[in-house]
Amino acid sequence: MAYVLIIGAKSDIAMALARKYAESGHDLYLAARKPEELRGFANDLKIRSQKDIRLLALDILDFSSHDGFYRSLDQKPSGVISVVGYLGEQVKAQSEFTEAHRIIDTNFTGVVSLLNIVADDFEARKEGFIVGISSVAGDRGRKSNYIYGSAKAAFTTYLSGLRNRLHDAGINVLTVKPGFVATKMTEGMDLPGALTAQADEVAKDIFEAQQKKQDVIYSKWMWRWIMSIINNIPEWIFKKTSI
Amino acid sequence: MSLSSWGNYPKTVNRVFNFDKIATLKAILNRHSDLIPYGNGRSYGDSALSENIVQVKPYNYFLDFDEASCTVHVQAGVLLSDILDVLVPKGFFLKVTPGTKLITVGGAIASDVHGKNHHIEGCFSESVEVFTLMLPDGEIISCSKQQNTELFKATCGGMGLTGVILDAKISLKRINSRYIDQVTIKTKNLKETFEAFEAYKDASYSVAWIDCLARGDGLGRSLLMVGEFRDDGELGYEDRKKLNIPFNLPSFLLNRFSVKIFNSFYYGRIRDRISRQRVDIDQFFYPLDAIRHWNRIYGEKGFAQYQFILPKKSSFSGLKEMLELITCSGKGSFLAVLKLYGEANENYLSFPMEGYSLALDFKIEKGVFALFEKLDEVVLKHGGRIYLAKDARVSQAVFEKGYPKIDKFRALRKKYEMNKTFQSLQSLRTGI
Repeated sequence: MAYVLIIGAKSDIAMALARKYAESGHDLYLAARKPEELRGFANDLKIRSQKDIRLLALDILDFSSHDGFYRSLDQKPSGVISVVGYLGEQVKAQSEFTEAHRIIDTNFTGVVSLLNIVADDFEARKEGFIVGISSVAGDRGRKSNYIYGSAKAAFTTYLSGLRNRLHDAGINVLTVKPGFVATKMTEGMDLPGALTAQADEVAKDIFEAQQKKQDVIYSKWMWRWIMSIINNIPEWIFKKTSI
Repeated sequence: MSLSSWGNYPKTVNRVFNFDKIATLKAILNRHSDLIPYGNGRSYGDSALSENIVQVKPYNYFLDFDEASCTVHVQAGVLLSDILDVLVPKGFFLKVTPGTKLITVGGAIASDVHGKNHHIEGCFSESVEVFTLMLPDGEIISCSKQQNTELFKATCGGMGLTGVILDAKISLKRINSRYIDQVTIKTKNLKETFEAFEAYKDASYSVAWIDCLARGDGLGRSLLMVGEFRDDGELGYEDRKKLNIPFNLPSFLLNRFSVKIFNSFYYGRIRDRISRQRVDIDQFFYPLDAIRHWNRIYGEKGFAQYQFILPKKSSFSGLKEMLELITCSGKGSFLAVLKLYGEANENYLSFPMEGYSLALDFKIEKGVFALFEKLDEVVLKHGGRIYLAKDARVSQAVFEKGYPKIDKFRALRKKYEMNKTFQSLQSLRTGI
C-alpha cells in the first residue's frame, strides 16, 4: 500500500490522523522536527496496525532542505497532509518581529515551500491528494490572533489556488478549517465544550472528506455557520467587538 | 470534572491528573498524597476513587509483540479490547479475561481479575510475566514471580495501593478460531446447579446465570454455560454494532416485578436441559460490552454489586442461606453470576479461593445496605470474603476477616511509605 506523508506529525491532530490512516490500511511517513520524540508512538502504531510507519526529520523553517527531504523518499507518497501549525503569542508578535516572522514562516512560507515540491511531483504523476490544515482564524482577522490568522488566511488562499491548478491533473486538494480543538496547542484555554472537538473527531472528519474528495470542510461542522455569521458582521460593528 | 466508578456510587468530587510520560507521573507522586491510579473506570465501587486521581489510560502504547514467545508488552493504560483487536486476527487470546474487555491492563493486575476459566488458569496475575511499578519516591521496579516477589504478590490484587503500574508483559494463548462451542445446561435448583458444575469441571470455561428471585423448589435454578474454543481457522475479529443507553433511566423501571419477568423469560427461553450453540468471542466472554453505558439502567443513584465467595465445603449451605435472604428481600437483580473457582493464589489480596462465588447487582435504594450487612454475616460465618473491585461499602471488620494476609500487605505499605501517597476511599474505609 502506498505511503501517506504527514507533516507536523507531533501535533495531536496529526497523531490522530496517523492512527486513522494506518487503521484504514495505509503505510505512513511521519515528518517532524524532532522525530525521535515520536518513536514510542510510531512503534505502538506499527504493532497495532501492522503497517510500515517511518519517522523522518523535517524542519519546516529550513526551506532549502525541503527539496532534498522530498527527494530522499524512496517511494513517493500517494497523499500529503500538512498539519503544520504554530499559534505563537499574539502580543509578543505585535512588538517582536522575530515572533511574527516565525508564525508567518511556519504556518505559511514553510508549508508553501514544501507543498510546491509535492504539487510538482503529483502533477507530473497525475495522482495523489493534498490536505492542508488551515484554521477558522484565517476567515477574519481578530485582535486576539490576527498574525496567526493572517498566515492561515494566506495558506487558505494558497490551497484554493493549488486546488484550481491541480484539478486538471486529477489531484484533489482539501482545505480543513478546524474550530476549537482540545490539543496540546490549546491546553489551558477555556474552550466551550459544545464547540470544541477532540483530535480524533477532527481526524475522522478529515479522513472522510478526503476519501470523498471534498474541497473545503470545517470541523466541527457547525463552524461553517458560525464563521458565516462572523464574516457577515459589518466591519463598522466588527471593529468594536472583542470576539 | 470528577470521575466516578462503574456503579455511579458513591458520587464524589476529585481532582484528576493525567500523565503520558514518566517524568509527569513522578512529579504528580512527588506533589500529592491521597492518590489512587484510575484505569477505565470499570471497578464498581470506590476502589479507584480518592481525593486525587491519576489517570493511567493516556499511558497506552504497545511496546512489543513477540509471536515466538507468545507475549505482548504494553503500557498499563492499554485496554484488553485493544490487545484483542490486534492479536485475535493473528490467532492469540488472553489467557485470563474478565467479563468485560473494557478495562486497562493496569486495572486487570491491580484487581487481579479472573474469568470463566479460573478453575483452570487462575487469576490474571498468572499470565503476567513481569511488570514495572513506580513507587511513591519515583523509583521504578520490575516485579515478577522471580524478582521482587513481595511487591509482585502485593501489587497483583493490591487495588493500586502499592504504586502505579507502568507496563506489563503478558503471556497469551494461541487460538484457532474466534468461535466457541457453547453448551448450556438448564438446572432446576441449586443442587442440580452444583452437580452440573462438578460434571463439567474439566471444561475450559464455565459460568452460570442464576435466577436469584426463584423461591422454594426452584431456588438456585440456573443456566450453566460452558465453552471450548473451536478449531475452524476463522479468526476475523470485528467490532459489532453496539447498543447505547444514552442517559440514566428512571430507577423505578427495575423492581422486583420487572426483574422477575425478565428472569422467567431469560430462564424460560431455553427449552432443553442441554443445548448447544456456536457463539463468538464477544458473545461468549463480553455479552454486556455490547451495550454501552449499561450501568445507566440503574438510574441516577447508581448501583452496587455484591460479590462474595465461599469455600467449597460450605458453599452449598452458605449459598442457600444467601439466596433465601435475597429472595425474601425481593431486591434481586437480573445480572446474577455464579461460578466454581479453582485454588487460591499467593497474592495478599486476591479474591478467588476454591469454592463458589456469586455476584449480584442491586440498585441503590432504601434497605439495600442493611441487606448487605446481613449478607456479610453469612459470608463470614462460612469463611468467605467479598471482592474489593466490586465493593463500595464493606466495613473494616468484615474485610479483615476475609483477607488473612492483610497484615503482610499493611507492613509492606508501611515499609515503602506507600500509605503516605496512595489511598482510595476504600482503603481509608477498610484501613487497608
